Amino acid sequence: MSAPQAAILPGRGGAAGTVADVFWRNPKVLLALLLIPPLLWLGIIYLGSLFALLAQSFFSIDEFSGMVKYELTLKTYGELLNPANLDIIARTVLMAAAVTVAAAVVAFPVAYYAARYARGRWKALFYLGIMLPLWSSYLVKVYAWKLILAKEGILNWIFEKLHLTWLLEAYLSAPLIGGNSLSVSYTGTFLVFLYVWLPFMILPVQAALERVPGNLVEASADLGATPAQTFRTVLLPLAMPGVVAGSIFTFSLTLGDYIIPQIVGSSRLFIGQAVYAHQGTAGNIPLAAAFTVVPVVIMGFYLWGAKRLGAFNAL
Amino acid sequence: MQTAVLFSRVSRHFGSVRAVDDVDLDVAEGEFFAMLGPSGSGKTTCLRLIAGFEQPTAGHIEIFGQTAEGVPPYRRNVNTVFQDYALFPHLSVIDNVAYGLMIRGRGKRERLQEAEAALELVRLPGYGDRRPNQLSGGQRQRVALARALVNKPKVLLLDEPLGALDLKLREQMQEELKVLQRSLGITFIFVTHDQGEALSMADRVAVFNDGRIMQVGTPQDIYQRPRSRFVADFVGASNVLPPEFTGSGKWASLRPEAVRLVSSGGHRARVVSRNYLGGQTRLSLEAGGQRLNMLTASGETLPADGAEVLIDWQPSDLHLMEDSQ
Repeated sequence: MSAPQAAILPGRGGAAGTVADVFWRNPKVLLALLLIPPLLWLGIIYLGSLFALLAQSFFSIDEFSGMVKYELTLKTYGELLNPANLDIIARTVLMAAAVTVAAAVVAFPVAYYAARYARGRWKALFYLGIMLPLWSSYLVKVYAWKLILAKEGILNWIFEKLHLTWLLEAYLSAPLIGGNSLSVSYTGTFLVFLYVWLPFMILPVQAALERVPGNLVEASADLGATPAQTFRTVLLPLAMPGVVAGSIFTFSLTLGDYIIPQIVGSSRLFIGQAVYAHQGTAGNIPLAAAFTVVPVVIMGFYLWGAKRLGAFNAL
Repeated sequence: MQTAVLFSRVSRHFGSVRAVDDVDLDVAEGEFFAMLGPSGSGKTTCLRLIAGFEQPTAGHIEIFGQTAEGVPPYRRNVNTVFQDYALFPHLSVIDNVAYGLMIRGRGKRERLQEAEAALELVRLPGYGDRRPNQLSGGQRQRVALARALVNKPKVLLLDEPLGALDLKLREQMQEELKVLQRSLGITFIFVTHDQGEALSMADRVAVFNDGRIMQVGTPQDIYQRPRSRFVADFVGASNVLPPEFTGSGKWASLRPEAVRLVSSGGHRARVVSRNYLGGQTRLSLEAGGQRLNMLTASGETLPADGAEVLIDWQPSDLHLMEDSQ
């Protein structure tokens, strides 16, 4: 036996020991100290500036002087609803929807493989593969895609080598999705959006699938469900919160982006570009603010609809 | 009587691990069959081979006379009650129970009716609207049972279904499962590591060790006439006595409850320790260099630790074993 030990050890002493004891007795103080700085940041700097921007949308611009008139009015929202602006909104929402659906379809098998089968080294490789594109600059990736999709680009070259130029030309001559080349078509914009936002879909879907116990899939098969039935009735509903989380990223990021459609795509505007143009060169802050409200409202409806459809039931 | 499940020389290897190694087995229709063994002995893998979650590395499996190799789980009229129940968290209790019927394309009214009847069978009527996470462990267990039984399977597989329940609930469920099995006449195959459970519930028991079946027989067979040291030791913690001790050239098993304290004759022994078990007390003894356990009623005045005592047993209680393993 060594020397007898006291049942209660003396305090550690020093400032750190005293502080530790105080926090242990008052855990709420520690919690408050940890939470107040980020809450101030979120509450004042982030939400505050968002509401300040929203408030701007209820002002209007004086058509003669080009100065902002600080009177509450819905005139700016009326302007938002003119055909040219509605066009921009519809174009952006359709693009965001297409990108989101495609991202979900592409992401699901990848996420499923990673969650269910990948182990050890393969899992590390999976994360690296998903994250690696996020490490390089967004602009570099977008310009790289411009080179891939351009008329003198790699994709054209491949089609030519495969003697499939006629196929590409037939596709490009289609209305709406076509254009002079892929880099100036909606298809090009779509492909770049899909590429850039895909990790934001894969990761939440993978996290959701990881939480689905493997024996649920076995139980489903045991009860007579074919793999397709299991996918529809067990996997998809349970992965839905992940798909919705991912789609919030892909949908809202596409709604707000103003760089990709400017570099790759036709010259027609998306919401982000409209905001950029109105707050910059045009100096029409109220209309820019009104445009900004559009994605916020759309996301609100989107989440409400998703909840109504039971997308969060499995949470 | 028809054979419900037949294994002939079935093996399932995972790399170099022989989870199931050259197993022969036949389970009769309507039988309550238990697979008993320590964890990792291959009993659960055998169950998964019947369910179709695993395919044999070698050998042949028949279910009601039909070849089962290469047949996916969803084409087997066999249902499983999973160890942790595997209820679908996103579905209500009634939708969980009706799942198999829904998959088979039965109409909504019909399947809800049948599911409600199955819930009544497991004594959970009116629980249909709840979610699995609102139920206790025992209730989830019953839902899992109803979900399997509603499909009227030819064979019901139960993978340690009572393992997570507390003692009282477990004993109650053992009784109910037995009654249910008798009344439905479905073949039950039950995996457990609890020898008491296997002996009390099953018509026949297969004792597994290291991927092999050590012995198959009725509970009485297994308990009273173990063929090997492993079975004697695993089932009921028998005293396993070496050939030197018995003087017969064979290993023998001796049930702890067969050993008695006597006042004269018998064998000399020393009390090493005592374990109070409630109604009975287990004495750990040393006799002739051999450790022995005996069970005796707690009421008697018992010898103190270290006391020298005399013990004896009926010669017929000393069961000689053919197998020295």
